[in-house]
Amino acid sequence: MAHSHTAPPPPIALRVKAIESLLVEKKLIDPDALAAVIDLYERKIGPRNGAKVIARAWVDPDYKQRLLDDGSAAIAELGFSGAQGEHMIVLENTDKVHNVVVCTLCSCYPWPVLGLPPVWYKSAPYRSRVVMEPREVLKEFGLAIPGDVEVRVWDSNAELRYLVLPQRPKGTEGLSEDELAELVTRDSMIGTGQPVYPS
Amino acid sequence: MNGVHDLGGLHGFGPVVREPDEAVFHADWERTVFGLLEMLAYEGYFNIDEARHAIERMGPDYLTTSYYEHWLAGIQMLGIEKGLFTREELDRKILALQAEG
Repeated sequence: MAHSHTAPPPPIALRVKAIESLLVEKKLIDPDALAAVIDLYERKIGPRNGAKVIARAWVDPDYKQRLLDDGSAAIAELGFSGAQGEHMIVLENTDKVHNVVVCTLCSCYPWPVLGLPPVWYKSAPYRSRVVMEPREVLKEFGLAIPGDVEVRVWDSNAELRYLVLPQRPKGTEGLSEDELAELVTRDSMIGTGQPVYPS
Repeated sequence: MNGVHDLGGLHGFGPVVREPDEAVFHADWERTVFGLLEMLAYEGYFNIDEARHAIERMGPDYLTTSYYEHWLAGIQMLGIEKGLFTREELDRKILALQAEG
């Protein structure tokens, strides 16, 4: 008998293996394509993509304007496009406005420029609180936003994904675009951090 | 529609816990679950909105399980509903894999 009300449920890994085996045996999915998509998102797509977008915007005012006008198109100029980034809006941080991004309903996140989201982004505490008390949450990230700076919280959805354009750190006038990209952290593009300042 | 997934503004979840130098996946089965859902959506067996809706139908388990457990629940629910496999086939396969050790 397959079911007993006293038997513990099978371990998660076993259930996953069973579903994978069934789908492969039935030729519903190709195991090589499965391995390829995992590799793509584990090793190839990540926040270094977004960092290149930000660095380009810092050095090229025309690019920055295109990025703010049509995020998806300007990001695609650098070769980044695809699933979960079809409609991108880029949010510019200024002396007056700090932007921060969340997905209260689930985990919407701009995959082509940031990769897959970290666990905290998908967690109940972040999703529930950042819309209600963003300054408190940002303090927990070590980010104190001055009282005269407006905090705008953007709730992502299945259709629209956001990328924060952080302010270029002062004292970086002599740096190349590649060097600038090194300063751009993942969290600075979510709005829960700042770029790292050159020492 | 309101549901257990609609967390914005709710109280009581505590501080945001971050993991330094976090890996993309935390277990092999997470990799597989991610890849399976992406492939099944890519192949058109269901779409991402259906997957999200399946997860939103998890009920209270949603709050006590991890992110990729949500995805697993969605894959299992839609796999059965879309006729990709049956509950009986899945149970038999689990028993067979268990027997193999």
